[in-house]
Amino acid sequence: MNVPQPPTGRGALARREARLAWGMLLPTIAAVALVVILPLLAIFWISVKPVGLVDLRPPSVLVRESLRLRDDTARLDYRINNSSQEEVIEGAGFTHELPASVRITGEIPQPCQLSGRILNCEFGNIPGGFRERFRIDVEIDGDAETAAAAVKATEPVTRGEVDYILTNLTFTLENFTRIFDASEFLSVLWATTFYTVFGTIGALVAGLFAAMLLDSDFRGKGILRGLYLFPYVAPVIAVAFTWVTLFDPFSGSANALLLQMGVVSESINFFGDRPQALIMVTVFEIWRYFPLSFLFILARMQSIDSDMYEAADMDGASPFQKFWYLSLPQLLGILSVLFLLRFIWTFNKFDDIFLLTGGNAGTRTLTVNVYEQAFAVSNIGAGAAVAVVIFFCLLLFSWFFFRFMSREEGF
Amino acid sequence: MKTLRFGFVVGPLLGALWLPVLSTTVAVAASFITGDAYRPLMLYSVFWGAVLGGAAVRFDFSTPVLIAVITFLAAVNFSGIGPMHTTEEFSLPALLASILLAAAVVISQRRMVAGLEWGKLTRHEFEAAVIRFLLGAGYIIFTAIVLIPFYVMVMTSLKSQQALLANPLDFSLELSKGMDLFRSYTELFLDFGFGGYLWTSAFVSVLTVVITLLFSIPGAYAVARLRFRGRAAFSRSILMIYMVPMIVLALPIYIAFSITGLRNSIFGILLIYPVTTIPVALYMLQGYFRGLPSEVEEAGLMDGLSRLAVIVKITLPLSLPALASVSLYVFMIAWNEFLLAFMLLDDPSKFTLTRGISSLNSSEIPRQHLMAGAVIATVPIMAIFLGLERFMTKGLTAGSVKG
Repeated sequence: MNVPQPPTGRGALARREARLAWGMLLPTIAAVALVVILPLLAIFWISVKPVGLVDLRPPSVLVRESLRLRDDTARLDYRINNSSQEEVIEGAGFTHELPASVRITGEIPQPCQLSGRILNCEFGNIPGGFRERFRIDVEIDGDAETAAAAVKATEPVTRGEVDYILTNLTFTLENFTRIFDASEFLSVLWATTFYTVFGTIGALVAGLFAAMLLDSDFRGKGILRGLYLFPYVAPVIAVAFTWVTLFDPFSGSANALLLQMGVVSESINFFGDRPQALIMVTVFEIWRYFPLSFLFILARMQSIDSDMYEAADMDGASPFQKFWYLSLPQLLGILSVLFLLRFIWTFNKFDDIFLLTGGNAGTRTLTVNVYEQAFAVSNIGAGAAVAVVIFFCLLLFSWFFFRFMSREEGF
Repeated sequence: MKTLRFGFVVGPLLGALWLPVLSTTVAVAASFITGDAYRPLMLYSVFWGAVLGGAAVRFDFSTPVLIAVITFLAAVNFSGIGPMHTTEEFSLPALLASILLAAAVVISQRRMVAGLEWGKLTRHEFEAAVIRFLLGAGYIIFTAIVLIPFYVMVMTSLKSQQALLANPLDFSLELSKGMDLFRSYTELFLDFGFGGYLWTSAFVSVLTVVITLLFSIPGAYAVARLRFRGRAAFSRSILMIYMVPMIVLALPIYIAFSITGLRNSIFGILLIYPVTTIPVALYMLQGYFRGLPSEVEEAGLMDGLSRLAVIVKITLPLSLPALASVSLYVFMIAWNEFLLAFMLLDDPSKFTLTRGISSLNSSEIPRQHLMAGAVIATVPIMAIFLGLERFMTKGLTAGSVKG
């Protein structure tokens, strides 16, 4: 007798479903690949290239042409130069198609040839900083103005092979040796660690406290909850500049208040001096991101079963005992997930520190260092090298995160 | 701890801790409102706090006595040995501040130690009182640290540079100035082109929301509902992707845009912004789609709808609240975005609001302009937030894996 067997393998329906799924995911995958994966690969490439901010544009042959009229003679004026001061351009040259109203009458200079309406010039290899200028007498038909405009409208087509730094095969490890340069790197590492660890823990603790404040029912709770989210919802640039204004050493209200209360005897440069600048940016981080942890923790708190607390009440547990032995263990899961996520995000934070101190006074974290190296020192390669270091740290963190997440079900 | 559990210890102790908190709060508030030199006197605060705390436990005052105590405390405040130092001469704000402080202290302390005996306390009574103290202090401290920066932001934008330098604490409005009060705002809109920035920001943010939804809805649906190989790996890599810091991506994007000439164009910004938000949106939406009952969709399929029709006619109408949350969250990210706008836009005619504000941060432009810019950027997002708080909060919770 034939026992019916369940079909094995993937049937036509399953394959169709999979095809549909990939079709729906395709736009996202394409976009993400273009804007995330490609730049990530580029970062690795650039990090081993000796490339500065000025090298970004490949050197090219620049040709400017114009029609000059003096007395009765008209002249075509060509200026050719190499856009780079250092790089050699091989086989440099250009072709220019003249408008019909202009006819060459004068002598054609050495590197050029005329065939029909097309002027073709060949300069061979031109060194960096190369400049050349020549004029050719021409005759114009009709109105001079329109002829000049017609010349302006045509664009010479340039050519030339260059050894472009971003695409050639010159590699260097100098970027890495540079950023690992002992003392500076240590201070960057210290700032990053301090900021990340204390910023994360501080935001979690403040968030836990705020969540406990709002765990009970009272009038105005909704308003207070909305209010406590303000720091996170407001644009970072607005709140960062407000803090800078508030803690300004000369016109800041915070200093005026402290002076008046007699807490300090002279005003403090909160964001300008070590070591308080690092502490202040960490405090800012806590201030700005406690709302997030608070929101998460509050949501978890309100989903804890109240039966447990009633049982504890019957057993005569005190409020602190209830918090310590009931609430906290229940919150431990969300707290540790939050810790890992916030840790990664604090580590990644750039805007806040950049706006508050610009990375000065010992607040230069790894992310700020990317900007600092790439744009302030104009060394794109070194900036990319720092980015590579960040990427590897992140890989490590996410490995922890996913290992942990698979244990923490339900997140 | 056990030695503390007596009414005559707990009352004065909590009082001694509580009054300094209140006197500092009132002094700071009074300073910020009037600009005069109010300051808490810590030692006297501790002393009076202990006395009042003890009294509140020992005696059950009737209302007339309470009023008398409040009057007494407010009067003490002017003798120089009260909890708060007010203006040298008698003034109405000083009187009000003193009465406010006295009333707040007497009433709140009474509630804090409510039910405490003078003698030995049970653990419950003791801890309940401590918790009431912590909660009270917590409400005050959190509200203060959240409100003060926003208060300073708004008030500084209405002050002149000279007034700010003369007395950084004086935030009182010079109402006599009339419409001149808003001079920094009118100048920003008329001379600095903030109207244009506002428009650019709104345009960019709305388009970002639309593009993000167009990409992430099908993606999220596929991840949530359809079975295919690599689904788990895919949803995991989405999470991975938004852990990549923006600055790491911004550098190659800057290079690519410099080479292709996309810098300084709104089009370039619109190419980048949605991609930074698609992973978050996809993650949030797939969570929501998963929570929808699949039976409804299967019924639709059985009735002959195609997948696409199922999504459009069944899934999307059911997930409108989630779409609202995601849209608001994405809008917020795009509206507040600073780094990319800062790096990619140099031409003032194409600035977004955040980029426009950062151009105000120079020593030649007075502070009030910078703060007025900050207010202009903050008000719309706050208005949206307060108006649609329910969706916004949901969006924040669902999407705030991203920081």
